[in-house]
Amino acid sequence: MSAVLETCGLTKTFGGLTAVDDVSFTLAKAELLALIGPNGAGKSTCFNMLMGQLAPSAGEVLLAGAPITGLSPRQIWRKGVGRTFQITATYSSMTVIENVQMALLSHHGEVFRFLTFAHRMHREEALALLDMVGMAEQADRHCAVLAYGDLKRMELAIALAHEPQLLLMDEPTAGMAPRERIALMELTAKIVADRGVSVLFTEHDMDVVFAHAHRIMVLNRGALIAEGSAAEIRGNPLVQEVYLGGGTVFGAEETAHA
Amino acid sequence: MKRKTFLRGLAAAAALVALPLPALAQDTIKIGEINHYKRMAAFAGPYKMGIELAVEEVNAAGGVLGKPLEFIFRDDQGEPGEAVKIAEELMTREGAVMLTGTILSNVGLAISSFAGEKGYVYLASEPLADSLVWAQGNAYTFRLRSSTYMQAAMLAEAAAKTDAVRFATIAPNYAYGKDAVAAFKENLLRLKPEAEFVAEQWPALFKIDAGAEVQALERAKPDAIYNVTFGPDLAKFVRDGTDRGLFEGRNVYGLLSGEPEYLDPLGDEAPEGWTVTGFPWYDLNDGPAGDFVAAYQARYDDYPRLGSIVGYMTVQSIAAALERAGSTETEAIREAFEGLEVASAMGDITFREIDNQSTMGAYVGATALQDGKGVMVDWEYKDGANYLPSDEEVRALRPSQ
Amino acid sequence: MEFFVAQILTGLANASSLFLVACGLSLIFGVTRIVNFAHGSLYMLGAYTGYTFMQVLPGAVGFWTAILLAGLTVGLIGMLVEMLVLRPVYRAPELFQLVATFGVILVVQDLTLMIWGPEDLLGPRAPGLRGVYRIMGEPIPKYDIVLLILTPFVALALWYLIARTRVGVLVRAATQDREMVGALGVNQAWLFTGVFALGSALAGLGGALQLPKGGADLLMDFTILAPIFVVVVIGGMGSLPGAYLAAILISVLNVFGVTYLPQSTLVLMYVVMVVVLMIRPYGLLGREEVAGEHGQVGEPETPIKPASGPVRLMVIAGLAVLALVPVFGSTFAQVLLTDIVIFCLFAASLHFLLGLGGLVSFGHAAYYGGGAYIAALMVKHAGSPMEAAFLLAPLGAGLAALAIGWVCLRLTGVYFAMLTLAFAQLIWSLVFQWGEVTGGDDGIVNIWPADWLNGTTIYYYFALALSVGGIIVLRHVAHSPFGYALRAARDSARQAEATGIDTRRVQLVAFGFAGMMGGVAGGLFVFSKGSVFPNELEIVRSFDALIVVFLGGVKTLAGGVAGGAFFKGIEDLLTRFEYWRLVMGLLIIFVVIVAPEGIVGSLRKAASRLGILKTAEQT
Repeated sequence: MSAVLETCGLTKTFGGLTAVDDVSFTLAKAELLALIGPNGAGKSTCFNMLMGQLAPSAGEVLLAGAPITGLSPRQIWRKGVGRTFQITATYSSMTVIENVQMALLSHHGEVFRFLTFAHRMHREEALALLDMVGMAEQADRHCAVLAYGDLKRMELAIALAHEPQLLLMDEPTAGMAPRERIALMELTAKIVADRGVSVLFTEHDMDVVFAHAHRIMVLNRGALIAEGSAAEIRGNPLVQEVYLGGGTVFGAEETAHA
Repeated sequence: MKRKTFLRGLAAAAALVALPLPALAQDTIKIGEINHYKRMAAFAGPYKMGIELAVEEVNAAGGVLGKPLEFIFRDDQGEPGEAVKIAEELMTREGAVMLTGTILSNVGLAISSFAGEKGYVYLASEPLADSLVWAQGNAYTFRLRSSTYMQAAMLAEAAAKTDAVRFATIAPNYAYGKDAVAAFKENLLRLKPEAEFVAEQWPALFKIDAGAEVQALERAKPDAIYNVTFGPDLAKFVRDGTDRGLFEGRNVYGLLSGEPEYLDPLGDEAPEGWTVTGFPWYDLNDGPAGDFVAAYQARYDDYPRLGSIVGYMTVQSIAAALERAGSTETEAIREAFEGLEVASAMGDITFREIDNQSTMGAYVGATALQDGKGVMVDWEYKDGANYLPSDEEVRALRPSQ
Repeated sequence: MEFFVAQILTGLANASSLFLVACGLSLIFGVTRIVNFAHGSLYMLGAYTGYTFMQVLPGAVGFWTAILLAGLTVGLIGMLVEMLVLRPVYRAPELFQLVATFGVILVVQDLTLMIWGPEDLLGPRAPGLRGVYRIMGEPIPKYDIVLLILTPFVALALWYLIARTRVGVLVRAATQDREMVGALGVNQAWLFTGVFALGSALAGLGGALQLPKGGADLLMDFTILAPIFVVVVIGGMGSLPGAYLAAILISVLNVFGVTYLPQSTLVLMYVVMVVVLMIRPYGLLGREEVAGEHGQVGEPETPIKPASGPVRLMVIAGLAVLALVPVFGSTFAQVLLTDIVIFCLFAASLHFLLGLGGLVSFGHAAYYGGGAYIAALMVKHAGSPMEAAFLLAPLGAGLAALAIGWVCLRLTGVYFAMLTLAFAQLIWSLVFQWGEVTGGDDGIVNIWPADWLNGTTIYYYFALALSVGGIIVLRHVAHSPFGYALRAARDSARQAEATGIDTRRVQLVAFGFAGMMGGVAGGLFVFSKGSVFPNELEIVRSFDALIVVFLGGVKTLAGGVAGGAFFKGIEDLLTRFEYWRLVMGLLIIFVVIVAPEGIVGSLRKAASRLGILKTAEQT
């Protein structure tokens, strides 16, 4: 089986409400797959099920053919899935490189060590990761003083620390200036190309999506309504209906950038 | 980080070493006095005044061993650990020849244990715990005040003379309360084997739920009640008990309840007809006690409490011991205290050789209201020597040394 | 049946005063997030001022006016406290304000003693309400009936104020989202002042209202503190109906406890609290805590680094000086330094939890006192040699911490703090009451070190080696992967979990580790004093450690140790003076205001501003 990630009939209901309805898709190796949809379409719920924060009501998630449904976030991470957050989650009392070292320590199973100096461990490896995201020269800065775009790049380095086969990015460019958004996605695309990582990301910014995604899936009211290349999605009447005709917040706001 | 810490520690230590020491060391005989001056101000204040009065008198009469007596007063915040630290400071840095003080039993026990280990003489002036001279007794610790056991035995004797059979007890739920109830029971059952205890109430110290306690006691329908609560608990208990008629037609025995420290704050709501131990200073007109009361009132614009006379007798005991020892060496003082006879403000007392407990007694009487104030009437001074267990029992209680 | 009704009525009457005081505390916490340790002091002031007003104002009208005036006066005092002491430190790390309120406790204690004298005051009777009503044949004091009728009206009035008025809307909004209120253009400072004054007034009213049932005394500030914290936590912090419910629950249960389990009087309350929090972690009617949990609002802490060469040299020099103290210093200097280093280790162990883990434990004395008691019990009952007892102290304390931590770590923030307090109080009350084993408050005495250690100087070296060693270990662990993981769990549990770190396990191990180090300090303590008493397990001891950690600086590695050394030293000096509590209280308040980041934190900030210390940005 060549798919890195596969879901079969993934469903989540909250009481009587179906947030995610029978979603099935596959993600191939070194593929950059976007998941888009208007607010409330179920993207976050979908993501949380993939990462183990939520248990699906029905359906299955397979990682490289092996089921990971119902595992905890930590177990899923151990199986080689990295993630970044919509709102950055960083260790604000540490330096940039220490943030990355922390992930490396966890990866190497060294969290419960009491005797060694943490800041000396895996420094080279952490520097290499920071170098990859262009943050090497800021390695020893206090991460609380970083610009938001730099934090996002640092977070990417953290997510790549355990050499994941799959990276889940929840709105990676949210809150960033347009130019930074392009830069971050270019970086992501480069990493996908260089390291063969598969990436699934959600995104609001259509420029970002159309410029970099290899493939795009559109989610509406919990169900997948379209899937295909950028051109196919642009031309899909159903998608246009959802984004432009449906009067959702997204269309009006985001087309302004386009 | 550690640097700053250590420097701070050093600074504190240096400041201490640099503190001016009181007077020239050889001029006076110094006694280290440790008490809870802040935590128990209402008790420690009169006690300290009693000490100061006695010290003035002793020094006016030429001092002890030809030198004036000097007390160094230190506040331990009511913390046993602090008291032990201060004890060490008094003995090693201030040049005290012996230690005295404390009201709280736990602090007294901490100092006693320390004194026994280090070989310092400690006269426990006010703490009541029986274990201080018995189970935890040691050769260096002496106690002046009549203990919980002795005072409870005096009340048990009074209770045994009545027709009451069904007894209920109420005591704060801590060591003093438990000792007081156990001693009362032991002595009462010895004198009156048919007595039975129909209720035992144990309110948390200073957290009494008076209404509930009174209801629970009433429910047991006792003939007599033995009360050990004191301070704010006593005020609440008396008030609720009076309101709900708990004390009507019942004998009530109150340990320490007649001491001015506890009776006076009750004002015109002081209970009437309780049999209590206490200190009826208003009736003491002659003898050594009368002299003390007169001198105290002349010296201060105040009347003496029980603590005042204990403080006064503390100085009398120490002065007598020093004279008898003829020196300020610890071993000499310790030996002098053993079997020491003191002509004290409460009459002649002896520090028993068998357990280092003095035979200081207590006044037992009935409470009454006079001019809107609680007093003791029909009281009698009971010599403590008559209310102690037999020598065999005491020997069994005291660890072999 | 009659008896049953009488019991319930008594319980309800007892609930009145408790509710008034507790709801003030709850209100203050709900809006300002201040854990007001000084609430008991305000209650005490209410009793004393009420007493004074009652002496002046005659008759029934005078009596009730006096109660209102007492509430008003204490409300004004609360307002002053808020404006002078708390307002300057709102930007400090969360929970830092509690240090200031602790300073207020000390100041109020001494001022009350100065003004009203040491003797207990018997509360005046309510005119016309002496005696009892017969209800189903059972005598119930008239004043009790008045109280239990009055309280629901006060509760209703409060409810009306909060649910039906504009002020109430703002208060509720602030309880839920403080920034929101600021955004609405409301002056947040005045809202806080107002709420603090209202909460204080309620405490004052409670104090004055209980006068006819008791009186005023100098210990009532701490006596009421534990029960009202229990009521507020059981009810749900910030919830007034919850406080009412909890006050009734506790009072009525207590009345039945007195009758059927007379020995239970201390333990019952804490057992109820632990049970309630285990079933409903946020209290009966509380909401889940969201904002500002873990006490980590404000500026993030700066990255830590192991000590540099010069600093290490200075530490070694300092150690050398300490090691030489027996040569040039007095015996007492050694005794005092022994006390100080032991306390520093205790403070450092709490600081490890609080600073690195963001886990605010209000009950750290449980492990310090617990360690001391384990050692003492081993010597007393098992006759074990000192060395074995000393080893068991940290082990036992660590295990106890693991067990308690396992339960408490289900909660976060203030609820976590409160549950740790409940467990500490439970242990305290067990030790206090189980006299046969623990000696109760008469403690365990004659616990001295083995012969080879029995001497002031040798024990000083022993305590110095273990305390400094322990502090170095704690500090070293802070730099280890585990220490980093602990900080990671504090800074962002989300990221930590998403990168495979089991944050709860990390925190649990940290809790056990800190407990163990507290146990070392406790073991050192008991053999240095030769005795141990329940005092070492009291709330006050936990507060001592908490205060010095905050004053030293939570967000610095040295905070606990520096604060401990500084304040233990100062305390030794101040207690030589008559009104030392006043001076100590003012000193604490002063430090809180001028150094809101703690002594070390503020010194470091000043140093980096002056360019003496390099910041991370300049490297």
